[in-house]
Amino acid sequence: MTSIKNALAGLWSLVVGMGITGKYFTAPLVTVFYPRQEAENIETYRGHVELVGKEDEAGVPLCIACGQCARQCPSQCITVSAKVAPADPAESKDGKPAKPKRLKTPGVFQLDYNLCSLCGQCVQVCPVDSLRYSNNVYFAVFTRQETNIDLLERLERQAKEGK
Amino acid sequence: MTMSPQLSSDPSDFYSQSFSKGARENTLILNMGPQHPSTHGVLRVIVELDGEYIVRAEPVLGYIHRMHEFMGQKKTYTQYLPNMGRVDYLHATAWNWAYVGAVEQLAGIEVPERAEYIRVLTCEINRICSHLVWWGAYLLDLGAFTPILYAFEDREFLLDILQRVTGSRLTYCYFRFGGVYADVDDKFIDDTRTFIQRFRKRLKMYEALVTKNFILRKRCEDIGVLSVQTARKYGCTGPVIRGSGVPYDVRRAVPYSVYPELDFEIPTFSEGDAMARYMVRLKEMEQSLRIMEQVMDRMPDGDIQGKTPKTLKPPKGETYFAVEGARGKIGVHLVSDGSATPYRVKLRAPGYSNLSCFAELSKGTLIADAVSILGSLDLVIPEIDR
Ligand code: SF4
Ligand code: SF4
Repeated sequence: MTSIKNALAGLWSLVVGMGITGKYFTAPLVTVFYPRQEAENIETYRGHVELVGKEDEAGVPLCIACGQCARQCPSQCITVSAKVAPADPAESKDGKPAKPKRLKTPGVFQLDYNLCSLCGQCVQVCPVDSLRYSNNVYFAVFTRQETNIDLLERLERQAKEGK
Repeated sequence: MTMSPQLSSDPSDFYSQSFSKGARENTLILNMGPQHPSTHGVLRVIVELDGEYIVRAEPVLGYIHRMHEFMGQKKTYTQYLPNMGRVDYLHATAWNWAYVGAVEQLAGIEVPERAEYIRVLTCEINRICSHLVWWGAYLLDLGAFTPILYAFEDREFLLDILQRVTGSRLTYCYFRFGGVYADVDDKFIDDTRTFIQRFRKRLKMYEALVTKNFILRKRCEDIGVLSVQTARKYGCTGPVIRGSGVPYDVRRAVPYSVYPELDFEIPTFSEGDAMARYMVRLKEMEQSLRIMEQVMDRMPDGDIQGKTPKTLKPPKGETYFAVEGARGKIGVHLVSDGSATPYRVKLRAPGYSNLSCFAELSKGTLIADAVSILGSLDLVIPEIDR
């Protein structure tokens, strides 16, 4: 007797389950058809880091080329070096040629996104807040070299596009 | 010097050797994994079968060993932070917490109260995410496909919420020494409240759809009964030991942060079978919702980042800090020699101990039941290998 009861209860549980599935069968869709549609939750996404431009000169980064971000980065994926101005012959003393001057602006700023772990330590350590997360969600490349991003060029491009 | 005979004679590894030697008439040695759908990652289990029954089973580890502990000795304290999100990608914030907690203890860094509340909040949200993945994947192992879609639909809400503050969706690197990376805003709180309401209804639906399901009960009840002694012997923690009736939870046993002020229960079930472990996790999600509500009600205003020295050099000494992760006790043993890099970081992964009892549990069961047992232990292989 109890086994029959158990079997009936078991069968009923299946009916209940099918009922729930049936209900959701008619429920509105929760997925999006990428790439024809885009998900709407991407504005809070934090992608690879990018440089922040100066207020009056959007194409030039705030960065002072101190190199702290490169030192702090756990994965050594930032390469930054200061722009070097050619030696000014007028400044030469005692016949010795003047040394080239290191400027307080980066000449090279490369990010190897392949290695980046998006930890945000470079963003936090920067003394002049010259780094921020980008919103670059749809970042896909064909070769590994393409993940090596030239952030200076990216900033210039963004400034031109008026972003 | 003579070469060891084992090295010179047979190139195969220890496990296959001892298993092939031990194979008897009518038994079959079978490899489950490392690329097996039910092992969720690269876990290899060697089983000796008699028909469909398991005579013995042996998990083999190391296929996704990433030297996390060694990396800890090579990087500075801060540089090691992102590693923590990658040890156990399903409950990343708990690992974040275990490590920053250990460093804070050693270096004597104070954490502002608001940051503590935010930590509890994100940790509990992440715990539900982790349990949802387990729930979906476990039922997938047992042959039910639909639940994982429901679970991932709910999880999506939580990931959106966490993305607001952490910026990422899986491998969070959100905790900092003495605080957290970003403050929660009103939208975060509103979304969480909406989710709690929604999820309470969904949990009822889960129960009607799956928990009461006759087929699931047949696959879980009285399968893989883990006695308290065995659980203790192998050092099982988390839902695995609570499914055997031991109310051990680090949040209560060794209270940390603001957990002592919060009111929540530790669900335990005494049956010790796969169903008990299943029920513990489902009940835990309800408790996590309760904790989240209380935290949001009580969260004070204030700083989210305490004072930390610019270059962190904790004094000589060692410390141990444990938190309750979705899979059990996560511990970090940290030894400092006074320099900027840790002298030694030992990570205690709960999955490792939980997996060890598998050999004993699966003895004499059907191979299909072994899959159910494996799933009920909730294993994350990267965490086990570290
Ligand atoms: S986010 Fe982290 S890993 Fe990436 S570049 Fe910055 S410091 Fe390096
Ligand atoms: S981005 Fe910031 S931390 Fe990095 S070199 Fe420039 S100023 Fe220094």
